[in-house]
Amino acid sequence: MTCSRRDFLKDAVSTTAASILPLSAFVLLSTEEAKAAVANSDARYAFLIDTNRCVGCGMCVKACKNENEVPYDAPVTRMWVERYIFTKDGEIHIDSPMGGRDGFTDNEMYGEEIDPDDIVKAFFVPKGCNHCDNPPCVQVCPVGATYQTKEGVVLVDREWCMGCAYCIMACPFGARYFHPVEKVADKCTFCYHRISKGLQPACVQSCAFGARRIANLKDPDDPATIIITTERVAVLKDLYGTKPHAFYLGLDHDVR
Amino acid sequence: MKWHVLHPLWVTIGVIGLIILGGRLLVPDDFGVHGRNFTYGYHRLGSIQDWKDFPVKYQGRDSCVQCHEENVRLNSASVHSAIECENCHGPAVNHPGGVQSLTVDTSRELCLRCHAQLGYPNSNRGSIPAIEDRRHRRRRDCSTCHDPHSPKE
Amino acid sequence: MPEEYVVHGAEWTVKQLFVYPNEYIYWSIQIVMYPFMTGLVAGAFVLSAMYHVFGQKDLKELARFSLVFSLALLPVAALPLLLHLQQPTRALEPLLTPHFTSAIAAFGIVITIYGLIVLTEIWFVYREYFVTQIEVLKNETGVLNALRRVVYRTLTIGATDVSDAAIRADHTAAKIMAAVGIPTACFLHGYAGFIFGSVKANALWMSPLMPVIFILSAVVSGIALCMLTYIVIMESKAFWQRRQGSTLEAHEIRGAEKDVINKAARFLVIFLILAISLEILDLIFRGYTAMKSWDILRSVMYGKDFMNIFVLQYTFGNLIPLALLLLPGRTIKRTALAVLFVLFGVFMMRWNVVIGGQAFSLSFSGYMHYEIPIIPHSMETLKEGVVGALAVIAAPFLILWVLNAFLPSLGREVEGTK
Repeated sequence: MTCSRRDFLKDAVSTTAASILPLSAFVLLSTEEAKAAVANSDARYAFLIDTNRCVGCGMCVKACKNENEVPYDAPVTRMWVERYIFTKDGEIHIDSPMGGRDGFTDNEMYGEEIDPDDIVKAFFVPKGCNHCDNPPCVQVCPVGATYQTKEGVVLVDREWCMGCAYCIMACPFGARYFHPVEKVADKCTFCYHRISKGLQPACVQSCAFGARRIANLKDPDDPATIIITTERVAVLKDLYGTKPHAFYLGLDHDVR
Repeated sequence: MKWHVLHPLWVTIGVIGLIILGGRLLVPDDFGVHGRNFTYGYHRLGSIQDWKDFPVKYQGRDSCVQCHEENVRLNSASVHSAIECENCHGPAVNHPGGVQSLTVDTSRELCLRCHAQLGYPNSNRGSIPAIEDRRHRRRRDCSTCHDPHSPKE
Repeated sequence: MPEEYVVHGAEWTVKQLFVYPNEYIYWSIQIVMYPFMTGLVAGAFVLSAMYHVFGQKDLKELARFSLVFSLALLPVAALPLLLHLQQPTRALEPLLTPHFTSAIAAFGIVITIYGLIVLTEIWFVYREYFVTQIEVLKNETGVLNALRRVVYRTLTIGATDVSDAAIRADHTAAKIMAAVGIPTACFLHGYAGFIFGSVKANALWMSPLMPVIFILSAVVSGIALCMLTYIVIMESKAFWQRRQGSTLEAHEIRGAEKDVINKAARFLVIFLILAISLEILDLIFRGYTAMKSWDILRSVMYGKDFMNIFVLQYTFGNLIPLALLLLPGRTIKRTALAVLFVLFGVFMMRWNVVIGGQAFSLSFSGYMHYEIPIIPHSMETLKEGVVGALAVIAAPFLILWVLNAFLPSLGREVEGTK
């Protein structure tokens, strides 16, 4: 029998490389670990978004762009507001022009005017990164350029991201995009630079109607936490199993 | 045993050695598993501080009141009290240090964000006094008749 | 303050109805090319292994060629990724800090291992040739020949024993490398399929069948490409020899050999039928279970992508080549036409998966149309447009031409190789 040692070495390497992926599924996604890690931190941030209060003024989008240096006229945004109009004929009309950056000042959608008399129901839904507990975007990053902090905030390392867009494809919510100047993946950072100084995220501060709030789920006295734990809240796209941490009040079943 | 068959193995080990050496040289020292687990916590630790150091732009009402007491007082007593100054005036950043004067945006579009009549039933929008843009003092700035800091009449 | 910025994807994406603001076709033509090229790599290698491992003697000539072609294709598999990355200078990071929960990280490791396996197998196959060439070139003059001698010397890595026992050891080792290489080639392309199949956010991609479909169609494309290149090269060599009034006997002017083609074609048909069966199974299941995404998927597949899927891929890429290959009286010319259609069909499959998966919005309420940049006017439209794609297609042939100077793989002039 010739070459048995080399044979073994080559086999061992390729088998190991190939086994890592299926075996990792059992080890790396255990809920026990998740609970343990969260127990080590004194904060777990989440959004509380009340669609009953949102009027679609778009100030949050404008504030977010200015605060976070996302080019104002670029058609990408860290957070956005969607408008839903339900008309008498049973149609649902949805839009988000420039992410709602300029608010909604008329009933024109895709070049057509919607007559207010035809409208049965209409509302606005602010959206952004959900800072999920099981973020699929972090799972698929090939190089460790995106990660979740101990407070649950999902961030991107601009120095390391190589711009493959796998995380952008993996996000079911469309929260990620390529930063047009930095040329790396970008998304809502929960205004990490502000909350770590005790300030509120720019979108929360700019909302005059209290439609956007944040909660520290580990603080039982936080009023927003009390709402999340005692009132009926919903999340987007629950079936994907990402455990999103943007909780909505008044979320309609037809919201995409 | 013909030992020449092992020569490619030495080359392979050399290549793998080069890759590992490259890693030692090129990968930052603070790169590793930080936090929860490998899946969600594999990153360069320094990135967290990078984000904490990101400059803050919006300062909030409390910083405006230090110099602009009158306008803030007016605004706080009005129906616009919930609106942040910087919503309309733009982020203060380090005003007045770096930015001498902030924009005073008096355009119609700014006000129409909330005050355009859309006619949506069951929307909070309905609780805001609104105009039909086409029908109310067209093309004129709203601020010619309404004081944005204290809009009631 | 106006900044110079480029929104990646905005240039070639046209949105229709409601699409999330950040959605664009981020994975465009280069991401179509990449699984196509890795498929050719894997397939060419498996074809070579048919001879080395499974002893399909008729495939001997084609086997040598497909092995070298597999090597020529390997760097080209990575080229589309380099052109696609927003930060190409960081392209080595998957090897330096691989995040193994990502299919792309595993890919970096597997392609390195696979590359080493292919190189090693080629070394075992050509080592005797290198040693004999060093002897032959001793008697030649000129700088070029001296250079070639140096190259061959280096390539032997100090193993110059060409005794019978040594050559036998080479043959056994090549066989082992081919055997180890088959599962590695499968992983190489299985991971490409896993890259798509594991993205739960994409309603078209998420499927456990994706890795299997990708591997099968990769083998199909690899066999087809090798057959096509083999036929073209052998027939044109024979053509030129006849044109120049060759002194060779008529039976020595060989074009593509019938036995080789027939054997390869049989394998091609088997894999083709397997691949199309799984794809149709996937489609049937989606329609039957009718998840939330089914409405928009159906409208994309039966509407704007009907031509791409059912006409170009299924009919031109599968049905017609099957007919051409299975109907009696198959000629070399008909086979060449069939494999050309097969290659086109495999390309369309990659297109329909990558672009098709981005043809609808995550909102399931809007569409995105891909308008591939033809005339480049910026780095982005050059790299991720028709020009970039053509560069990727041309590259393996250029590399093969260079490799052929040191690793000749066609025809009978190759003395001293397995």
